[in-house]
Amino acid sequence: MKRFAITVASAALIFFAGYAALFIAPDESTMHAIQRVFYVHVALWASMYSALTIAFVANVAWLATRNIKWDWLGVSAVEVGVVSCTGGLATGVLWGKPAWGIWWTWDARLTTAFLLWILYIAYLLLRGLLEDPQRRATLSAVFGIFAFLDAPLVYASNRLWRTQHPAPVMFGGENAYLDPTMAKALMVCIAAILPVMIFLLMDRYRLERMRHEVEELRLAAEEQAADANSAVTRSTA
Amino acid sequence: MSAARAAAILLAKELRLEFRTRELLTGTVIFVLVVIVLFSFAFDPTAADSRRYGPGLLWIAFLFAGSLMLHPSFAREQANQTLDALRMAPISAFAILLGKMLANFIFLAIAEAVLVPVFAVLYNVSLTAVAGRLALVLALGTLGLVITGTVFSAVSAHARMRELLLPLLLLPILAPLLIAAVEATASLFAEQPALDRTWLTFLGGFDIVFLTASWLLCDFLLEE
Amino acid sequence: MSATSATPASATQAAPSLGISFEKIEKRFGALQALRGVSLDVQAGEFVALLGHNGAGKTTLLRIAALLMRPTSGAVRFTADEPKALVGMVSHSTLLYDELTAAENLTLFAELYALGDVASRVAAALEACGLASRAGSLVRTFSRGMRQRLSIARALLHGPRLLLLDEPAAGLDRQGLVWFGETLERLRDAGATVLMSTHARNESLDLATRAVSLAGGRIEHDSGPGGDPRPLLAALRAEA
Repeated sequence: MKRFAITVASAALIFFAGYAALFIAPDESTMHAIQRVFYVHVALWASMYSALTIAFVANVAWLATRNIKWDWLGVSAVEVGVVSCTGGLATGVLWGKPAWGIWWTWDARLTTAFLLWILYIAYLLLRGLLEDPQRRATLSAVFGIFAFLDAPLVYASNRLWRTQHPAPVMFGGENAYLDPTMAKALMVCIAAILPVMIFLLMDRYRLERMRHEVEELRLAAEEQAADANSAVTRSTA
Repeated sequence: MSAARAAAILLAKELRLEFRTRELLTGTVIFVLVVIVLFSFAFDPTAADSRRYGPGLLWIAFLFAGSLMLHPSFAREQANQTLDALRMAPISAFAILLGKMLANFIFLAIAEAVLVPVFAVLYNVSLTAVAGRLALVLALGTLGLVITGTVFSAVSAHARMRELLLPLLLLPILAPLLIAAVEATASLFAEQPALDRTWLTFLGGFDIVFLTASWLLCDFLLEE
Repeated sequence: MSATSATPASATQAAPSLGISFEKIEKRFGALQALRGVSLDVQAGEFVALLGHNGAGKTTLLRIAALLMRPTSGAVRFTADEPKALVGMVSHSTLLYDELTAAENLTLFAELYALGDVASRVAAALEACGLASRAGSLVRTFSRGMRQRLSIARALLHGPRLLLLDEPAAGLDRQGLVWFGETLERLRDAGATVLMSTHARNESLDLATRAVSLAGGRIEHDSGPGGDPRPLLAALRAEA
């Protein structure tokens, strides 16, 4: 019931957000229609940063409490974050070419986003290569913490670098002015994407929990079979 | 026993082991040399171009060499499970990590000391005037490299494909370090060399942040 | 080969005794449940023979006792505050650096354990296990028996009060076995606690005061602190 309610609420929000982005928000002076990608684009970044922050909290919590549920939350959050980031990068590239004539530029925000994308894909790769669940949880948590600490450093270093090597700035730069109606439409879009993110997060978490439960059941079954076997061998010895 | 004392004992052990075989050092020096030569085909090593691209080339070569060299750091302890013996001793996990960080720093520093002059000769860049300041930049950058690299060497020691995994984990994390080190080096390569305090402070900050993180998380790195 | 003790007599008399207790230890490696709720209280001075087939969980239990491994649940308790300096382990692997000499290996650990008189201790230890003539040779050049002897010497160097021995006689040559037996007797007399795992018969088992057998990650039989280990040990002889 809860799941159904969230699904309906998210869908409604997304519908309204889409409507707002397409029809309520005013037309942008230079780019016109293509600019409307901005609403999805920024919303995806909001989703990514929230997801990665949740992942960081989960990583720390796992190391502190050793409750495996934090590990489930961590991997779910990272996956959602990576997906959001992929979407953000893709919408950015698609927007950039028609709007500014370039696919990409190495400014602080874009570089940070790209690097975070790589870092968290590396996180998932690391998990795939570690087999023991406890060790996998612990070591990926350590890496996740390092990655999260690295993010502001990446941003700062790129900002510093950009002041020395100015380059085309996309998306209106760091302190661009935003029309009030556009800002409201943006808020709506961000508010719409966060429930979607949480929804995906919860689903992924459930998947992880079910994998764990299946594993527990399998172990219990094996143990019963082993006990039955040893009882047989003892009685025949 | 204090972590510093234990780290010093372990450092002596690492140095003794490495200087007996010299496999790691030789490999690292040759690798960087190859990279330096290959890069000469990528652009024409006139003095002006060398000043522009040299810093980036050098640091990329060091990063790659470093990430290759760091892998054996913990892998060598797996041969006879000697890491078990170290973990059982009444020393902290941080001491074990610190000992390896210091050893890796020394190895990489030796490689750099050999290769920077070679680079200067091959690319016609005069570095004698800035030698001292360059050493400072190299030291701070290398420190960041070995701090994170040693930690990730421990992280990847038990994973499959660990030789490939280590650079994959390490290089993205080091992106800010690369920017800072290259910029600081570039300002020393310039016609009027100057020590860029901003980038130097950034490097120092990077080193402190990750050394602290390593200290806080070291127990988790070595546990089973 | 010398029969004198590697540690000064005064050290063993003054050193505290050490007991260890395992409380409901469980250890899981992914899909493999190695230990399923092992509880065992070993008092100071006991010599426990840990029996069981390969895969029964003996090595895992010893590694947890050595604080090398965290149990998935349960706890290990020692009767002393800083157990690390008082525990010595002989493991399946040699725990030695192949590219260091015998003397260098022992010196390293003597320093890490903050022992005094490092040089004379190391010399005495090498003398005791019969490797004094090879003190300056790389461990890489040693035979299996010599490595095992050095490995045992390394474990005993700091005068441990709790010995965790995982199949310690494996690979030992004739003389090594004699030396090892004498060393164990001395340690027992000095009040050390010993936890020794084995899956086959060896002479040191005569020293055991207690036998505990593991099967499938659980304790199957325990002769108890005051009991007689010989029936269980005899059963072992029949299987080997």
